Amino acid sequence: MSRFYPLLRVFGVLLMGFALAMLAPLLLSWVWQDGAATAYDEAFLLSFGAGFILWWAVRHEKHELKVRDGFLMVVMVWTLLPAFACLPLLFHLNISFTDAYFEAVSGLTTTGATVLANLDTLPPSLNLWRGMLVWLGGMGLIVLAVAILPLLGVGGRQMFKAETPGPMKDSQLTPRMTQTAKGLWVVYAAITLACAISYHLAGMDWFDAVMHAFTTMGLGGFSSHDASFGHWDSPTIEMVAIVFMLIAGMNFATHFLAVHGRSLKPYRRDPEVGGFLLVTVGSVFGIALYLWALDTYPDFATALRFSAFNVVSIATTTGYANTDYNLWPIFAPLWMLFLCSFATSAGSTGGGMKMIRAMILYKQVYRELISAMHPNVIWPVKVGGKPVASSILSGVMAFGFLYMVSIVTLTLLMTYSGLEIVSAFSAVVASINNTGPGLNQVGPATTFEVLTDFQTWICTFAMLLGRLEIFTLLVVLTPAFWRT
Amino acid sequence: MRIVILGAGQVGASVAEALSSEANDITVVDQNRAALAELADRLDVRTVAGNAAYPAVLREAGIEDADMLVAVTQSDQTNLVACKIGRTMFHVPTRIARLRSHDLLDPVLLADENFAVDYAICPEQDITDYIGKLIEFPEALQVLEFAAGAVTLIGVRAYPGGLLVGKPIRSMRDHLPAGVDARIAAIFREHQPIEPDGDTIVEPADEVFVVADSKHIRHVLKELRRSLEPVKRVMIAGGGNIGLRVAAMLEKDYQVKLIEVDRQRAEIIAGALGDTLVLAGEATDENLLAQENIDETDMFLALTNDDEDNIMAASLAKRLGCKRVLALINRRAYADMVQGGPIDIGLSPAQVSIGALLTHVRRGDVARVHSLRRGAAEALELVAHGDKQNSKVVGRRIDELPLIKGAHIGAIVRRGHDPEVVYKDGLPSKEYIDRVIIPHHDTVIESDDHVIVFCTRKREVAQVEKLFQVGFHFL
Amino acid sequence: MRRFYPLLRVFGALLIGFSLCLLIPLVLSWAVDDGAHGAFDVAFASALLCGLALFFGLYRENREMKVRDGFLLVVLVWTVLPLFACLPLYLHLDISFTDAYFEATSGLTATGSTVLSGLDKLPLSLNFWRTFMHWLGGMGVVVLAVAILPLLGVGGRQLFKTEVPGPMKEASLTPRIAETAKGLWRVYLILTAGCGVTLWLLGMEPWDALMHAFSTLGLGGFSTKDASLGHFASLQIEMAVIFFALLSGLNYATHFLALNGRSIKPYLRDPEAPYFLGVLGLSILALTLYLLALGVFDSFGSALRYVAFHSISLATSLGLATADYGQWPFFAQIWMLFLGSFIACSGSTGGGIKMIRAMILYKQVYRELICAMHPSVVRPVRIRGNVIPQHVLSGVMAFGFIYMVSIVSLTLLMTSTGLDIVTAFSAVVATLNNTGPGLNLVGPATTFAILSDFQTWICTFAMILGRLEFFTLLVVLTPAFWRK
Repeated sequence: MSRFYPLLRVFGVLLMGFALAMLAPLLLSWVWQDGAATAYDEAFLLSFGAGFILWWAVRHEKHELKVRDGFLMVVMVWTLLPAFACLPLLFHLNISFTDAYFEAVSGLTTTGATVLANLDTLPPSLNLWRGMLVWLGGMGLIVLAVAILPLLGVGGRQMFKAETPGPMKDSQLTPRMTQTAKGLWVVYAAITLACAISYHLAGMDWFDAVMHAFTTMGLGGFSSHDASFGHWDSPTIEMVAIVFMLIAGMNFATHFLAVHGRSLKPYRRDPEVGGFLLVTVGSVFGIALYLWALDTYPDFATALRFSAFNVVSIATTTGYANTDYNLWPIFAPLWMLFLCSFATSAGSTGGGMKMIRAMILYKQVYRELISAMHPNVIWPVKVGGKPVASSILSGVMAFGFLYMVSIVTLTLLMTYSGLEIVSAFSAVVASINNTGPGLNQVGPATTFEVLTDFQTWICTFAMLLGRLEIFTLLVVLTPAFWRT
Repeated sequence: MRIVILGAGQVGASVAEALSSEANDITVVDQNRAALAELADRLDVRTVAGNAAYPAVLREAGIEDADMLVAVTQSDQTNLVACKIGRTMFHVPTRIARLRSHDLLDPVLLADENFAVDYAICPEQDITDYIGKLIEFPEALQVLEFAAGAVTLIGVRAYPGGLLVGKPIRSMRDHLPAGVDARIAAIFREHQPIEPDGDTIVEPADEVFVVADSKHIRHVLKELRRSLEPVKRVMIAGGGNIGLRVAAMLEKDYQVKLIEVDRQRAEIIAGALGDTLVLAGEATDENLLAQENIDETDMFLALTNDDEDNIMAASLAKRLGCKRVLALINRRAYADMVQGGPIDIGLSPAQVSIGALLTHVRRGDVARVHSLRRGAAEALELVAHGDKQNSKVVGRRIDELPLIKGAHIGAIVRRGHDPEVVYKDGLPSKEYIDRVIIPHHDTVIESDDHVIVFCTRKREVAQVEKLFQVGFHFL
Repeated sequence: MRRFYPLLRVFGALLIGFSLCLLIPLVLSWAVDDGAHGAFDVAFASALLCGLALFFGLYRENREMKVRDGFLLVVLVWTVLPLFACLPLYLHLDISFTDAYFEATSGLTATGSTVLSGLDKLPLSLNFWRTFMHWLGGMGVVVLAVAILPLLGVGGRQLFKTEVPGPMKEASLTPRIAETAKGLWRVYLILTAGCGVTLWLLGMEPWDALMHAFSTLGLGGFSTKDASLGHFASLQIEMAVIFFALLSGLNYATHFLALNGRSIKPYLRDPEAPYFLGVLGLSILALTLYLLALGVFDSFGSALRYVAFHSISLATSLGLATADYGQWPFFAQIWMLFLGSFIACSGSTGGGIKMIRAMILYKQVYRELICAMHPSVVRPVRIRGNVIPQHVLSGVMAFGFIYMVSIVSLTLLMTSTGLDIVTAFSAVVATLNNTGPGLNLVGPATTFAILSDFQTWICTFAMILGRLEFFTLLVVLTPAFWRK
């Protein structure tokens, strides 16, 4: 147990820091007198207290963290922080711990699936807190993806070691990483600011603009309105959302390089940008044509408007909606769910297996075909013109396989507990890809409230599994990890 | 001239061989005593064993009196350093360095203040470019360019069915379209070079060397044989420096497959190349070649480092149905052996790159020198300087020039006196236009003309050079 | 074109052989005078004539085939032979060409999905032909798998090169294959005879016994009754069918070795057998308890009877049914369908990705987990102690990936034409795994007749894709194959 002390010490500090974040909604709750203040008081005290005690108890254990600790740290952050984050919701609203925890995880993993109804009448501070969870979760993600996971080297993540700005030291988590992280946060914060201003100029009031800027950049999908973006019925606002969702769906390291070097070259050199935009924009037009041809909408322009918003929203794993697309011919929402599995880039705040893995997997398959025809061929899988090492390739393939097996297993579990198949499948897919709404009983027009506790926990697990890129969580669950 | 050659490898040895026969004092430096000994046995050269970048070694090689330093060791860095030493310490007038790496061909780097390389040669690149030309003209056995590409000389085998075959050369003008003119520079028939004149009749199986304006060369080729279908599929054996460069050059326009025996090297190449299909295996493996459809391949290039492998692989490819095969052959003995055999083109890497180097060695204002295949002739590109008073050629008609047996003028490239307006990419600019003139007995040579002369014997080369020299010598 | 002549010559020979197979139902039809002989005449004549034309027309083209030609030959066999095979159905029954071709493909790929109803009243020769196709197709698959595909070396198939009794010569098809094939056919014949006799002794009519023996050993699923095996309502018959289905789901090479060596040692050494039986056994038990708990059955005995039969039937990709399991809780249905994806052993007549690939995939994933924790570890994947080389691993992973991608894309295609998701998905899975019945609209109580032409063609494509183990078909469809 003592070998975990350095880890717990760091976690204690993180928890305290996280608790401090609660001060923002707490303050606003006092100012607006929206009645939730006491919930925040208690939540803050509990969180900060727990963090402080943890830190104080092991404050002398200053050893450096090893790579293996990294896994546990990541898992703890994403599983334990929500337990504290859900306290305001638990204390103020009349919901079970299962549901509150689900909501908090949904926020921090930037999924955006909600169990809450009557969002319009929620205390604004609670909505703000929900939005902040998404935003903070997104930041955490970027750092996770760009700095931490490459060190842990799972699921092919090692490939990004070379791409990150700034050198990385191999076996230990060092200050260098904070430099990288800082740079990325600055970009993230700056774009969020631009987003909020744009929303306001497009017609949202300041509160909504800020909250939705948070959830747009985090690609989360929480809204302060039950009708999500349908509330404003404004193409302008939807356009702003689309633009910023697309930006957030790209690798933030690329944004950082572009801003730093003041040029567009990094976008051209980023191997995923092309695929991401092609797939997303192509689908927008494809679905629009499909819907128009099947008379779901009377004219192409309307079809394009609704297709663009919802397709981009789901493909980037955000989860906003401006109409109940569950009513569309089944192919369209299915295609959107399919997209969200792989469209977004690594290093973005989106979910799914990431475009780069999809590209690698396809090239792997193509390589098998070439090898069949030319048994002696040497045909390396290349990304961005450079060959990918075979250890990374096995990692990616194993990831892909595990990803699909997870979906199958969790769906089977959901149906076993009696849920109708389409809801089950879409709930699992939407959760593991951190998208948000599914279909049928968990579609965009309803909430996840309808699920039983067992089913809710499965979805919570799926959200964590997806966000932690499966392997990270599974490693911690294997016995071999705990044996020294 | 006194010449110091650094490096007794393939290039160094070939250069030594080419120059030693022309009354030059040559000293060769290398660390490999055996190579030096072998060279000294064969040629009339001095040898010094030691590190070519050490001043002491260079001094021993006589660099203080040298007119030229030719640094052609295996190491780019050694060559650069030697040139620098040659200039700063010993003031050698001309310094030539062989540089493999493209990165080092930077004019700033090579300037006098820095590494002081007067001329840089890159044999691998020369061969690669040459192969590119051969592929562009699949009928060709040899392709040479003069006057910065304005004039092309191509060697082809004449086949029955060619318009000129069986007829006298002078009738060629009748078939060529208006404005297109060409000259037969040399003919190689049954192991003998023949100096062509208007009445010579071209026979099938003759190797004919034609010179013409580069724009018209294709028309001319039709005179001698049916044109072959353009090359589409190329197979390369050997992923070394040359193989890699050739593949990189060709893969954009042709379907390229490359066979490399070393698996690790194969993986590196596969990573570096784009569309080329890299195969791990032996180029002499019949099954592999058959499997990869050698019978549908247009061109097979055996570019490994091993002469024997190249010959075997190329012969095998030809037997299995490949249309044309080329092999890199370093050893002279092997090169002679494959003449007339199944291998269409035997390429000596050293020979290809020597041409560029030799131009700096020769006297007079010689812009380019090439050896034609099988020693059929030497081709010189000389610039006529001066005026009617101090030059023996300027202002005179061709038939007024002193006759040097075995030498004749193939083409003249003349720059226009005034720049003319030319359109490039839609934008007008003023440029000097070079015109290609196929000379006849009454053509007058003007100052600054680039004159291309063919000599059937090496001895005549010195005489021709003298002819074009400006100044003291009179007839 | 010329380079395909040796290939076409061999195909001509195969076609002649196939036409001789048509002779049997033709003679049968004449003998029992069931009215279908006109159709068989035409089918036999056209197949024979085409075969003769190709074989004798290209008689001189005796060159050896290259490995690449092997792919095309395999694809031709499985796409062109159904063309001739469907003629009796097309000419005698009132069905479209799409449906006739579907039925013939379903026969030859030993899938068992049918578009026909009124099976009880079909002419004897036509029912014979349907099940006979299963029988031929089933063994054709074994020969393909055990002898031919390893030479083509795709999808990890090289795995089986060393397992096959008798050495193989690398680059050309030699008599050694014939020896292997003969041995396998002998086993197959013996087992089929055994099954036929058993069924007859248990009370089936002789012809029914023979035809169901064909269907069972080929793991196809065509029956001579609309009610499938439920028509006979006999526990003993069901047990006999289960027994032979299990046998046919094991590797025929193992059977061959056991028979030849007169010992059961090969069964113990077979790496897939324990998992095959183990997973099936556990599934049956668990599912029985599940259904019992949900009150679908009254007694453990009857639950076990029906669960066992249908689990084994669907898992081995047989597809015969004794009850309408479409009425069972959805989870049970989908679980049994899921089993059909991977349970059948390689070298059996079953479908799916095959047990050995499933085993390798799991071991790969486990290895990745270990590698994540110990980055420098060297840990090859082993089956029964033998190390699996890297290129075979990549092949298997690529296979797994393309399998899942095929399911996803074909399902999406089906839903794009308006089919509901459960029917679409189950139809794709059932045909891709060559199982037979799907769920919902294509469930065990109905037929595939309700699918539109487009949807039927997708299913036909899926059957061939699955049977040819994906890569074989995909190679032929890549442009690079046709470029030299």
